[in-house]
Amino acid sequence: MDIDLHDVTLSVNGTKYQRRVESRLLLSDFLRHDLSLAGTHVGCEHGVCGACTVLLDGAPVRSCLMLAVQANHHEISTVEGLANEAGEYHPLQQAMHDHHGLQCGYCTPGILMTMTAFLDENRSPSEDEIREALSGNLCRCTGYQNIVDAVMTAAERMRG
Amino acid sequence: MSTRSFGEPVKRNEDRKLLTGQALFVDDVELPGMLHAALLRSQVAHARILKIDVAKALQRPGVVAAFVAGDLGDYWRPGPLLVPPPPIAGIVFHQRTQVPLARDKVRHVGEPLVIVIAESRYIAEDALDDIDVELEPLAVVVDLEKGLAAGSALVHDDVGSNVSAHVRQTKGNYAAAAAKADHILKRRFFYEHGISSPIETRGVVAQWDARASQMTIWDTTQAPVFVRNGLAAMLGLNERQVRVIAPFVGGGFGPKIMMFYPEEVLLPWVSMRLNRPVKWIEDRLEHFFATTHERGQIHDAEMAVSRDGRILGIKDVFLHDGGAYDPYGLTVPINSQCTLLGPYVVPAYDSTFTQVFTNLPIVTPYRGAGRQHGVFVMERLLDFAAHELQIDPAEIRRRNLIPPDAFPYKNEIIYQDFSALEYDSGNYEPVLDMAMEAIGYAAFKQEQAAARLQCRHLGIGLACYVEGTGIGPYEGAKVQVQSNGKVSVATGIGTQGQGHFTVFAQIAAEQLGVAVSDVDVVTGDTDQFYWGAGTFASRGAVVAGNAVNEASKVVRKKALKLASDLFECAEEDLVIEGGKVSIVGIPEKFVKLGELASRANPMRGAVKPGTEPGLESTQYFGPPMGATANGVHAMIIEMNPQTFELKIIRYVVVHDCGTVINPMILAGQIHGGVAQGIGNAFYEKLVFDDQGQLLNASLADYLLPTALEVPRMQLAHTVTTSPLNPLGIKGAGEAGAIPVGPLFAQAIEDALDLKAKGVELKEIPLSPSRLFELTRNAKC
Amino acid sequence: MKPAPFKYLAATSLEHALALKAEHGDDAKFLAGGQSLMPAMNFRLARPEVLIDINGIESLAGIRPDATATRVGALTRYRVLQRDASFTRAFPLIGEALPHIAHPQIRNRGTFGGNLAHADPASELPAITLALAARFRVQSATCERWIEAPAFFAGALTTDLKSDEMLVEVELDLPKPRSGACFMEIARRRGDFAIVGVAAMIGLDDASQCSDVRLSFCGVGETPVDASAAAEILVGQPLTEKTVREVAASVQAMIDPAGSVHATADYQRHVAGVLTERALQTAYQRARNGH
Repeated sequence: MDIDLHDVTLSVNGTKYQRRVESRLLLSDFLRHDLSLAGTHVGCEHGVCGACTVLLDGAPVRSCLMLAVQANHHEISTVEGLANEAGEYHPLQQAMHDHHGLQCGYCTPGILMTMTAFLDENRSPSEDEIREALSGNLCRCTGYQNIVDAVMTAAERMRG
Repeated sequence: MSTRSFGEPVKRNEDRKLLTGQALFVDDVELPGMLHAALLRSQVAHARILKIDVAKALQRPGVVAAFVAGDLGDYWRPGPLLVPPPPIAGIVFHQRTQVPLARDKVRHVGEPLVIVIAESRYIAEDALDDIDVELEPLAVVVDLEKGLAAGSALVHDDVGSNVSAHVRQTKGNYAAAAAKADHILKRRFFYEHGISSPIETRGVVAQWDARASQMTIWDTTQAPVFVRNGLAAMLGLNERQVRVIAPFVGGGFGPKIMMFYPEEVLLPWVSMRLNRPVKWIEDRLEHFFATTHERGQIHDAEMAVSRDGRILGIKDVFLHDGGAYDPYGLTVPINSQCTLLGPYVVPAYDSTFTQVFTNLPIVTPYRGAGRQHGVFVMERLLDFAAHELQIDPAEIRRRNLIPPDAFPYKNEIIYQDFSALEYDSGNYEPVLDMAMEAIGYAAFKQEQAAARLQCRHLGIGLACYVEGTGIGPYEGAKVQVQSNGKVSVATGIGTQGQGHFTVFAQIAAEQLGVAVSDVDVVTGDTDQFYWGAGTFASRGAVVAGNAVNEASKVVRKKALKLASDLFECAEEDLVIEGGKVSIVGIPEKFVKLGELASRANPMRGAVKPGTEPGLESTQYFGPPMGATANGVHAMIIEMNPQTFELKIIRYVVVHDCGTVINPMILAGQIHGGVAQGIGNAFYEKLVFDDQGQLLNASLADYLLPTALEVPRMQLAHTVTTSPLNPLGIKGAGEAGAIPVGPLFAQAIEDALDLKAKGVELKEIPLSPSRLFELTRNAKC
Repeated sequence: MKPAPFKYLAATSLEHALALKAEHGDDAKFLAGGQSLMPAMNFRLARPEVLIDINGIESLAGIRPDATATRVGALTRYRVLQRDASFTRAFPLIGEALPHIAHPQIRNRGTFGGNLAHADPASELPAITLALAARFRVQSATCERWIEAPAFFAGALTTDLKSDEMLVEVELDLPKPRSGACFMEIARRRGDFAIVGVAAMIGLDDASQCSDVRLSFCGVGETPVDASAAAEILVGQPLTEKTVREVAASVQAMIDPAGSVHATADYQRHVAGVLTERALQTAYQRARNGH
C-alpha cells in the first residue's frame, strides 16, 4: 500500500510545529526524531515503563501508545519545557538534584512529567500518595526512595 | 575557602544534562543519511537452518540490504573468549562463543539469522516478515539435569556433551570434617537470578567515514576500550582508526559489558559495506532474548557442624545454566563458588560445579554475578542448622564470623580475579550488631507475639554476605589543569549512572584544591582515553578512582614545584586551595592554578628534556587482587497467611565498603541494589517452557518492582579501610542485590511458622502462588 | 517494536465512524484510548489495515445520570469517572476498582467502553458490569440494539459485537437504597491484571437480612464469571461466617481458572474463596452501615 501521510499541527512546549507524518509513526518517535526533542525516552513501547511519559493538554500519557497524528491540534509538554527560558529548574528538578533522585537518568524525564503534573493537583501529598502516583514509572537504578524524598521536598517548596 | 569534598555528599555534576533532557544516549545520535537495522531472530530454541531467502525483503521499497552469515565472508567468526578459565587444576572448559549471525544451527530463541537495513526501523521491521526461513526443529535442552543425561540432544554437537565447564575446588579436608561433625545437614537448593532489564535497552550506531578511514561507534557498552580494540582487529583497522563512544548509558548492571554481541560486530561491518551510518536500537521485546541473562543453579549442599553451631566444613555440588554459548568463561559460577564462603570461618570446603550448555540465551554477570546463589546456600544452611540445633539465627552467624584479627584471611580457592581468594580486611561483628540494633532484633519476638494476637503475621530475616570488589587488571586516568583553571579528567571506564562524573571529580578536587564543579570528567570515549577494562565487578570507584587519585597527586606535585620555583620557596611552604597556590600564612602571595598551567606550556623558552609541558599526568592503578566488602541486611515483613501477599515493614542495610567518597551516591547504589534484590526474591522470574520459549517476554509479565514494592530503607555503614589501595576504598555497586533472596526466605518462614509445619524454603524466586503450592500440604 | 502499516481515518462523528466500519468491516478497528490496542499493534499482534480514530467524537463521552440509572458514554476516560464524585458514590464498585486499573497515565487515556470492548478476562470492569447487570447499547450504521452484560462477553478478548458495530453507551441501574458493595482483587503489583478480582453487592431488607446478592469475578475464566447463583443461600438471612464460607466453597467448585505465568489455577481457586468471604463480609457491613 502507499504510505499513509497526514498533516499535523501541534504545539510542543509552547512552540508550534507543522509536519507531514506517516500514520503509524508513534508520538514518542515523532518527538525524538522528527522534532529532535530527544529528552523523552523510549523504554518498552508497550506502555509499561513510563519513560516516554509526556503531558497531553496537561495530563500525563504514554507517548509510545499514541500516534503522532493523534496529537493534531493538541498541546504537548516534554521535559525540555520544564526549566524556564533562563535555565532555572522547576522545583522538582531542583529537588531531584538535591536528593540524588536520579542515577542513569534514563527514566527521569518520564518521572518529571508524571510528578510535576501530580504536584499541580496534589499540593500536600503523603508518601503513600507519592508512591502510588510514581508506580507507573519504572526505575531500575534508584530504588525510588530518593525520588519520593525529592517529590516531598518539591511539594513543600511549592507550597512556599 | 575550603574545597574539601572527599567524603562529602556532593551533588552530582552530571545532573543538569539529565534533568533537562539534554544528555546524549545512543538512540539520540542522528547522522545524515543514517540507516536503520532490524534483526530477524529465531523463533525456536534449537534447529538446523535449512533455508533463508531474503529476495522478497530486498524488493520492499526502503530496504537497502539484507545480510545472512554467508554474506560476511571471513568476517564471520565466533566471538572471542572474554574471560579465560582460571588457573584451577583439573578444570574442564569447552569454549563455544556466539556468532554474528547463525549459520547451520540456531541454539536459542532470539539468536539472529538476518540483519535487514532500511531507511527506517519501521520499514526494516516490515521487511522481516518478507524473509522466508526454513528451520528443522531439534530437541531442546532446557533442563540442566536432563541436559547432562546420556542421550540428551546436544547444544554443540562437537563437544560430545552439554558440559561447558567442570570445576572442583577444595580447601582443607571435608571428609575428615564430616567424620568429626556432631551434625550434618544436606539440602537441595534452586536459585534463579533474573535479567538486568535496564530502562534503556542496548543500541549501536556505527559510522564509517571512508575518506577519513575512520570508524566511529556509539555503543551502550560498559567496556568501550575492549570493544574498540576487538572491533578494530576484526575490521582490519588500526586501533586509532576506531573510536568507540559510550555516551550516557541508561543503566548497565552487567549485561552491557558482555562484548562482541552480534549487533556490535555487525553494525560496523554493515556501515563499511554500505558506506553509510547505521543505527540499531534493541527494543524491549528483543532485550528478553538478545541481551544476556543470569539464570539458575541447582545446588546439592551439605554442611558439617559442631553441636554449638560452628561450621566444620561444607560440600557443595552444583549445576549452573550457562546458556547456549560461554564467552564469559566461568565468572558467574566461580563467584557463586567463592562467595558461598561468606564472612565465615569455613575450615574445609569441597565445591564442584558443572556449567551446562542449554538452548537458552547466554548467561553473563548481572549485578551480583553469581554471588547471590552462593550466599543463598550458605545463609539457608545456617538457618536450617540454627533450627535443628536450636540456636538463634543471628547467634549462629556470630559464632562463625571471621574474627577481626584474622585478616588478611586466606580462603585459598581461586576467585574470578585469578588469584587465591583472600579477604584483605574486615570487621564483621560490629556490622551484625548494628543491623540487629537497627531492625530491633532483640525486641522482635515480643513484637511478633503481640501482632499475632491481632492476627497479623510478622516475620524477621537477617543475612550476611561478603562481596569481592575492585579487581584488576587496572584502570588509568589522565588529569590535566587547563589554562582556565578548570581540571579535566579522562578515564577509559564507562559510566551508567554511578556518579563517576562526580566521584572522580571529588577525588581530583581533593588533591588539587578546586571545586568539584570545576572538574570536568570524560569517560567512555576511546579518543579521550583508550586504556582500561570497564565497569564491572564493583570496581569503578576503587580502580579508576585510585588511578584518578594517582594522576591528581602527580599533577599536584608538578603545580607545587612550579609554584615553588616561581615564589622561590620550599614546596612545604605552599598550600593549594580554592584553585590557587599560595604561601602558607601569606594568602595574598598566590598564583592561580590556571596560570601555572599556562606557564607550564610556554610559547618561548625551553621545556627541559625529560620533562613534560603542562600540568598533566596519566597514571594507572592495578590492584593485585580484589578488596572484600561486607554487609548485613535485615528485614521485617508482614504476610497474609491466606493469600500469601507480602509487605515489607522495615528494611535495614549495614554495609562496609571502606573509605566512602560520596555517601549520597553510595546510598543510591545500595537502594538500587536492594530494589533489584527484591525483584529477584519475589517478583522477577523468567518463565520458560520445555521448548525454550519465554512465556513472559514483556514488562507487563516480567515484574520489575515499582515504588509500591520497594520500601523505605534505613542504611548505616562502618569503615574498614582496604590496605590494597591508597584511598582505602572497596566497591559497593552490587552489595544491595546480594543477600536479599535468603532474607526473604528466612522472613517468610518466620512469619508463617513454616519450620514448625515442616516446610523449608529452598528456592528463589518466591511468590504468593508458589508459597501456596509449597505449603498446601503442610500440617497446621 | 513498531506497528505494521495501516490507513488512519479520524472520524468526525458517530455516523461517520459507523459508516467507515461498515465499509471496512473486520479489516478496521476503532481507536479509542489505545491503551490496549496500541501495545498489541506495537507488538504486531494486532495488524488492522484501517484504524478509525473515534477520539474526536465528543458525543460518545459523558456521564448522564437520571432518576433510576446512569448512562456512561463509551469514550468516557477512566480519569473522568474517577473524578466524578457523584458517580463513584452512586457506583462504589466502579469507584473501588478504578485505582486497580493500570496507572494514572493509562487512566488519562483509557476509556470505559474501550475496556469493555477489549474484554480481557482479567479486566475488572467487565466483571463489575455483570454484577451491576449492566446493559450495553451497541450501534451500527443501520441499527441499534441493547445487549445484556452476560451476553456481551463471549470469550477471551471476544464480545458479541459484529464487525460493523460499536459499543456506544453502557446503562447502569442505580443500586438499591439499602445495599453495600465491595470490589477486591489480588494482583502481583498494583495496577497489574488481576490474578483474581471479585465484585460483591448485597442488598438488605428491612430486617437487615440479605434480600439480594450479586457476585462476580474476573481472572478466573475466559469471560467474567457471574457467581451470584453460588451466593443465593445468603438470601433471606443475615450473613454469618458459616454461610459466607459455604458461598466461598461453592464459588471454588464453580470456577475453572486457567492459571498463568503468575499463579497456578489452584492458587487462583484458593484466593477466589478467600476474596469471596472478605468481599461479602465487607459489602454486608457497608450495607448495614448505610453505605
